[in-house]
Amino acid sequence: LAQTSGLINNLRSEDTTLSYQGTGSAVIDMENTDDTSGSSFEDMGEMHQRMKEEEEVAEEAEATEEETGEDGEFLGMKGIKGQLGRQVADEVWQAGKRQASKAFNLYANIDILRPYFDVEPMQVRNRLIESMIPIRRIHFPQKIAGELYGPMMLVFTLVAILLHGMKTSGTVIREGTLMGTAIGTCFGYWLGVSSFIYFLAYLCNAQITMLQTLSLLGYGLFGHCVVLFVTYNVHFHSLFYILWLVVGGLSTLRMVAALISRTVGPTPRLVLCGTLGALHMLFLLYLHFAYHKIVEGILDTLEGPNMPPIQRVARDLPVVATAAMNAVNATVKTLGVILQSQ
Amino acid sequence: MPILHRNRYLTTIFAGLSDVSISGDIPVEGEINVPVGTPSHDDEYSTLDEPVKDTILRDLKAVGKKFVHVMYPKKSSTLLRDWDLWGPLLLCVTLALMLQGGSVDSKEDGGPQFAEVFVIIWFGSVIITLNSKLLGGTISFFQSLCVLGYCIMPLTVAMVVCRLVLLGGSGMVSFIVRLIVVTASFSWSTFASTAFLADSQPSNRKALVVYPVFLFYFVIGWMILTFSPSA
Repeated sequence: LAQTSGLINNLRSEDTTLSYQGTGSAVIDMENTDDTSGSSFEDMGEMHQRMKEEEEVAEEAEATEEETGEDGEFLGMKGIKGQLGRQVADEVWQAGKRQASKAFNLYANIDILRPYFDVEPMQVRNRLIESMIPIRRIHFPQKIAGELYGPMMLVFTLVAILLHGMKTSGTVIREGTLMGTAIGTCFGYWLGVSSFIYFLAYLCNAQITMLQTLSLLGYGLFGHCVVLFVTYNVHFHSLFYILWLVVGGLSTLRMVAALISRTVGPTPRLVLCGTLGALHMLFLLYLHFAYHKIVEGILDTLEGPNMPPIQRVARDLPVVATAAMNAVNATVKTLGVILQSQ
Repeated sequence: MPILHRNRYLTTIFAGLSDVSISGDIPVEGEINVPVGTPSHDDEYSTLDEPVKDTILRDLKAVGKKFVHVMYPKKSSTLLRDWDLWGPLLLCVTLALMLQGGSVDSKEDGGPQFAEVFVIIWFGSVIITLNSKLLGGTISFFQSLCVLGYCIMPLTVAMVVCRLVLLGGSGMVSFIVRLIVVTASFSWSTFASTAFLADSQPSNRKALVVYPVFLFYFVIGWMILTFSPSA
């Protein structure tokens, strides 16, 4: 079979070329194809298959010739079996071909995302810092980096911070899990608002691609991460409001300036940037209060709204203080039990 | 050339070959060596025929050897060459079982805790693997899953220690002890996994691969640290 495949290669070398590049990808030159099928790769496979079948048929023909005199009916069955065998082999080949092309398409889909992850650590660090610095030149389009590594890492960091916030505020999710809620919120915001802004930009004739909105909004979450990381651990409301305005405002201004530089006309600019600014700032507000207010709401109704901030959030004490309180309670209980037993 | 013509061409080649014949009275000298193919059959039958205890012990030994490699992370390729997912599964199930039932409403959260830990570990590993592949890594999908799963072992050990410490009370001292233990084991896990994973990346992008691994083990370590058994 090796000799015959060598022969086939010699026959086919004038017709088509098959070349391999690097690891794991094959380039098939489809310029000079035959009339039989699409690509030379399939053709080669068909050639092998037909040859195998021919050999099989030849072997079966010899076998049937040997047993000519014995069973007349059996000859008919063997003839049919030969044909059936060939058809089954054909179908198996087709199914295998289909699966291979499906697998190749799946692998190729990952390769589509590869250029968006082509970054250096310095670039990521610079872009993180730049996401807090608004640029005031709005008369020509500002450069927006189209990468997905930084935004994805920021979304996952936000998920982790949100999880911490939910746990320390004692949130109980009745239908679903904490993790699912956190992931759903963050990814839903990133993907959903990016798509919405892209849609609005399409309506307002702004020059921005989907990749750029994803990237812009993703880097805008850096401010959110910083603010939430600080305020989930230090529970001063005035501090949160100041950080919300300053940090949230800076990152919003950066995104808004980038969008304004790519839109023409006052009304489209207003619509686009107003929507983005409102959504971004309101998301930060929501993230802070959604996992804070559950406890606060109860305490407010019990004690009234005039208590100073520190005393209102009794359940949001850091873990150490809670542990200390638990230790004190435990010792008092044991003392009480000892006293009672005596 | 259409297929039919080509086939006829080849059958004529075969026909031509079959016409060649040697007459019977010419003595032919030489040696005929039949390649011995039977030993491979013997090998297959021997691993199929061996008692189940031998198979299980061999697999357990392989898993144990990999655990040792994680505890003393040198740059060896044993974890990468013979990857298996038994160790990660064992560790994941142990960790998820131990983290169960320790939250505010113990009536409702027995189930979701187990599922949460499972999902976090496996989906986190998948995402880190995809990320390292997209950044141009040369490691394969299952090898990366294997490494990340085995490097959860220090965190599992920390979980056991934390549970023991919590038996003695949940005060300030126990919190500090748990914090130290969890921080040490989480940095050990990160260091161990980067010792295996970072080699497969171009040298200037190691930080990009290390950060998701750091975040992953940080989330698991934080789940262990904030675990408090319901009274």
